[in-house]
Amino acid sequence: MEFKDWTVASAAEAMRKGEISSVELVRALVAEKNARDGDIQAYLTFDEDGAIAAASEADSRRAAGDTSPLLGIPVAVKDLINVRGQPCTCASKILEGYVSPYDATVIARLKAAGAVCAGRVNMDEFAMGSSTENSAFKTTRNPHDLSRVPGGSSGGSAAAVAGGEAVCALGTDTGGSIRQPASFCGIVGFKPTYGRVSRYGVTAFASSLDQVGPMTKTVEDSALLAQALFGADPHDGTTALNPVPDFASALRGASLKGLRIGLPREYFVPGTAPEVTEIVKAAIGKCADAGAEIVDVSLPHTEYAMAVYYIVAPAEASANLARFDGVRYGHRSAKSDDVMSLYCRSRAEGFGQEVKRRIILGTYVLSSGYYDAYYGRAQRVRTLIRRDFDSAFGKVDFLLTPVAPTPAFKVGELQDPLSMYLNDLFTIPASLAGLPAISVPAGATAAGLPVGVQFIAPSFADAPLLACARAFEDTLA
Amino acid sequence: MSSEGFDVQYVARLAHLELGKDEASRFSGQLGDILKYMEKLRQLDVDGVEPTMHGHGRTNAFREDVPVQSVDQDLFLSNAPERTGDEYRLPKIVEDA
Repeated sequence: MEFKDWTVASAAEAMRKGEISSVELVRALVAEKNARDGDIQAYLTFDEDGAIAAASEADSRRAAGDTSPLLGIPVAVKDLINVRGQPCTCASKILEGYVSPYDATVIARLKAAGAVCAGRVNMDEFAMGSSTENSAFKTTRNPHDLSRVPGGSSGGSAAAVAGGEAVCALGTDTGGSIRQPASFCGIVGFKPTYGRVSRYGVTAFASSLDQVGPMTKTVEDSALLAQALFGADPHDGTTALNPVPDFASALRGASLKGLRIGLPREYFVPGTAPEVTEIVKAAIGKCADAGAEIVDVSLPHTEYAMAVYYIVAPAEASANLARFDGVRYGHRSAKSDDVMSLYCRSRAEGFGQEVKRRIILGTYVLSSGYYDAYYGRAQRVRTLIRRDFDSAFGKVDFLLTPVAPTPAFKVGELQDPLSMYLNDLFTIPASLAGLPAISVPAGATAAGLPVGVQFIAPSFADAPLLACARAFEDTLA
Repeated sequence: MSSEGFDVQYVARLAHLELGKDEASRFSGQLGDILKYMEKLRQLDVDGVEPTMHGHGRTNAFREDVPVQSVDQDLFLSNAPERTGDEYRLPKIVEDA
């Protein structure tokens, strides 16, 4: 089997049968990465010695009878998640040279399950962007067309998986940063319900929205990773105490028959590329053919979601990024002789344009005299957006929508910040409501660019959502 | 709620961010456009609507007040741009008397 064809499930099965070892799998990954990453530019760093050591330990555990499903599986990690002893730059110059002193909870969980976390992948700086062009270090390319972006902000994760140089990856999603690159690169991207996965050790962008999730080749692989990632964490007071579902049993016999799938009319409007609309319509047809009941619904406050998001997320970001001041870690300006200029210059030299723009926007909407008009109002409209979903889910089990209005665009094509922000139109509302949502490949344009569809589920219906996505995947087979 | 009178240098100072002249004028224009877009929120009546702070309902998370092993100080200080022994080193903050 070629490396690019391994899924989490098939590699685990092959290792169980003794057909391949984890060390062999990791060596194959390194060979593919070396062959392909010159073009794709997904990886920022790869700890080869650490990977071989962890893989060889996984092989020993297996020999001793351990049967964990992720044992020996390499997982590419978005560069804002702390892995002890590895860099964690968040694709920012301000964190160049920083070495993580601890493991994020998601990493501790993956390591305990025997996964190998050695490769760090590119992203938009501090997860702010929809194309991965905002990385301070490199521009990652879409493996389906190297002149195009992989999406973002988890563009390195998506490109590494789609480009056959990773088996699976972790991404983070604040307003669509897992789902949009998954759609652009033709893979599965799953954003869990807010609170399902610990944010401890995951560099914060917008704390009320950020969520870690799997980016994989199949829905089954996302379920295997989610099983390890989910659960309450004493280190993160926002993790939910709800019991973790058994994904394997949820996926068994998954079917679309009898499911009520809602189409929110506000998501089917002019402005979406005709080829995207066509692919989404075909997906709806497949769901109907498989026995789902298709229902028209309305989410009337959808048009306000983007304005709410670009107030709430920068506001939270401006507070979270205040910690980068050149004092305790990260870049310190050499040109400062007092503390205030040390703060201001270290930040000016360390942060890129989009990050500065959002810090200023966030600071402004929180500042005295503007707080109620912007932030306070946005939080109230956020409630109206949540209520829209509550009422829709009184009528249907899931919602089906496009993921993004277009397929992957060209590198350098979107120069104006506002038009870049509009890319997140269809992914932001579920983020604001904290809902689980997934992007599943649905087809490709005539030019061969992948297009995904998004399924959105009620809060904590993560397992039924994956079952629905799995059944949809079967209709394409 | 208006983007008029948006003083980018004032906000940058609040944010502890030094901005060059070009940067300031570029941001001023871009953020003006973005704030204009935000004005559509004024169309909605939100009187009596509770704000949403988070995606789910959990509020306070308490634990037993028991001391636990914390992180290794030396390891954390190893990322310091400048240190003296067990302390971060910074330019002088307090003026001479």
